[in-house]
Amino acid sequence: MKPFSYLRPRSVAEAVRAGAGHPGARFLGGGTNLVDLMKLGVESPGLLIDVSRLPLDRVTRTDDGGLRIGATVRNSDLAAHPGVRSDYPALSQALLAGASGQLRNTATTGGNLLQRTRCPYFQDVSKPCNKRLPGSGCPAREGAHRDLAVLGHSQDCVATNPSDMAVALAALDATVRLHGPEGERAVPLTGFHRLPGDNPDQDTVIRPGELITEVVLPPRPDGAVSLYRKARDRASYAFALASVAAVLTVRDGRVQHAALAFGGLAHRPWRARAAEDVLRGAPATDETFARAVDAELEAAVPLRDNGFKVTLARNLAIGALAGLTARAAPPR
Amino acid sequence: MDPTPGNDDADAAQVPLPGTRSTFSLDINGTARTVTLDHRTTVLDALREHLGLTGAKKGCDHGQCGACTVLVDGRRANSCLLFAVAQEGARITTVEGLADGDRLHPVQAAFLERDALQCGYCTPGQICSAVGMLGEAADGFPSHVTPPTATTVPEGPAALGAEEIRERMSGNLCRCGAYPHIVRAIEDVAP
Ligand SMILES: Cc1cc2nc3c(=O)[nH]c(=O)nc-3n(C[C@H](O)[C@H](O)[C@H](O)COP(=O)(O)OP(=O)(O)OC[C@H]3O[C@@H](n4cnc5c(N)ncnc54)[C@H](O)[C@@H]3O)c2cc1C
Ligand code: SF4
Ligand code: FES
Ligand code: FES
Repeated sequence: MKPFSYLRPRSVAEAVRAGAGHPGARFLGGGTNLVDLMKLGVESPGLLIDVSRLPLDRVTRTDDGGLRIGATVRNSDLAAHPGVRSDYPALSQALLAGASGQLRNTATTGGNLLQRTRCPYFQDVSKPCNKRLPGSGCPAREGAHRDLAVLGHSQDCVATNPSDMAVALAALDATVRLHGPEGERAVPLTGFHRLPGDNPDQDTVIRPGELITEVVLPPRPDGAVSLYRKARDRASYAFALASVAAVLTVRDGRVQHAALAFGGLAHRPWRARAAEDVLRGAPATDETFARAVDAELEAAVPLRDNGFKVTLARNLAIGALAGLTARAAPPR
Repeated sequence: MDPTPGNDDADAAQVPLPGTRSTFSLDINGTARTVTLDHRTTVLDALREHLGLTGAKKGCDHGQCGACTVLVDGRRANSCLLFAVAQEGARITTVEGLADGDRLHPVQAAFLERDALQCGYCTPGQICSAVGMLGEAADGFPSHVTPPTATTVPEGPAALGAEEIRERMSGNLCRCGAYPHIVRAIEDVAP
């Protein structure tokens, strides 16, 4: 590991100023991804700006009844927050389906959103990888890609985004608030993570020196229920092979509002707009759900060894929608 | 924190950087310990290599096994993923700090009673993790297997059956497979 300097700023402004002054710097959240990548030699910042103790550790109601989540709120605190559990259960469930108790206690909201892919070649500095070293090639396309993307991948990169939390946030129409050297801005979560294209080194649209300050959730749509389901190689403490976050409102047997997002399938949380178009206004039946999910997964281009993910995602999504329907409109 | 100059080969920065070592204080098991450490030192290495506390174990060094689990401000964390310099001001409790003099912590006693180990390598991490986990449950933290509640959030502590214990302890691996006894030991202590 390369030696580094360490700063503990006391305010957002101070943190952003320090970041702007040092191009080789990284913000340190919980460190559960960054410290690991520094040990592996994938990251080698000359300066760590420790933002984990900034006063961004609160979850508060917004004026319109939504939720404002500070960037340093720990994953376990967010999952346990009464407002999250009652109004956004998909978010609580996604967080609880990720990592371990220890890691969730340490990991922050901001760091979770910016965690890097678990592609084995990305993590191994002795291997080529376009994401780590642009232009060096993508061994995963022909190599070990069982866990990697089936949607939205490119010739240059087939990595997946590993975050469970981000999938729920995508379905919940969250907004990411950023504070950078050029000021503040807000980016919808669904536009925050990128597809790899020909520059997979950029995971997100974040600009150099920008700090995530908070994530904002809109109020829960009237009568909406939500959940998160995840399939993995073991029952706990494993990344998603495929996952789904679903938000549903059913009125008189018809889908009024639906939001669906897939995890484990792409370089970003995959908001399933084509499926939502089929769902909206249609009868809330298994037949509709299958048609909707198929309309989305039609676009899948599996690699040699990961075609099973498409079936897995299909079954997860249909099951999630059916489960939510049973809860949204209990039979009389 | 009092940064002392180190072998700083950092980027040609516009603003001069502080050094790559610091002298600072760590609160370990209720005692303030002053250390001078390279910033690369993790809490795990600080404990084991610099402070003579070898209870916390190094299994994977990457957050994957839980052998290094300690409590930070009462919450369990993987000490292999924490830089020591970033924990100035935090209260760190290791397995050495759990007993009250000669009186073992109830979780330690239960592990002995239930013979919840074979080689013992994972045990300090298991015990610290169990202590932290019991605190989380007492604070009402849900887990992945806690039944999702459609409309209401249950008040008060989360109930801990074997399934809940297994899920909540999944961040601690045991290569000897002592899991059944570990779960039983924790069940003995769980309210
Ligand atoms: C063994 C293991 C298993 C795991 N399993 C899962 C799983 O099943 N599901 C899952 O979703 N995750 C899993 N994780 C990943 C874990 O969720 C992430 O490591 C964690 O969320 C990252 O948060 P952090 O605060 O520790 O980030 P850090 O490691 O501190 O930072 C990550 C990145 O974000 C940047 N950063 C941090 N905070 C900010 C900010 N406020 N603004 C701008 N940049 C910032 C850092 O510079 C760094 O580049 C696992 C991790 C491990 C080690
Ligand atoms: S899939 Fe992406 S991250 Fe993995 S080796 Fe290819 S370029 Fe690198
Ligand atoms: S040594 Fe820290 S988790 Fe394995
Ligand atoms: S007792 Fe040997 S690793 Fe758990």
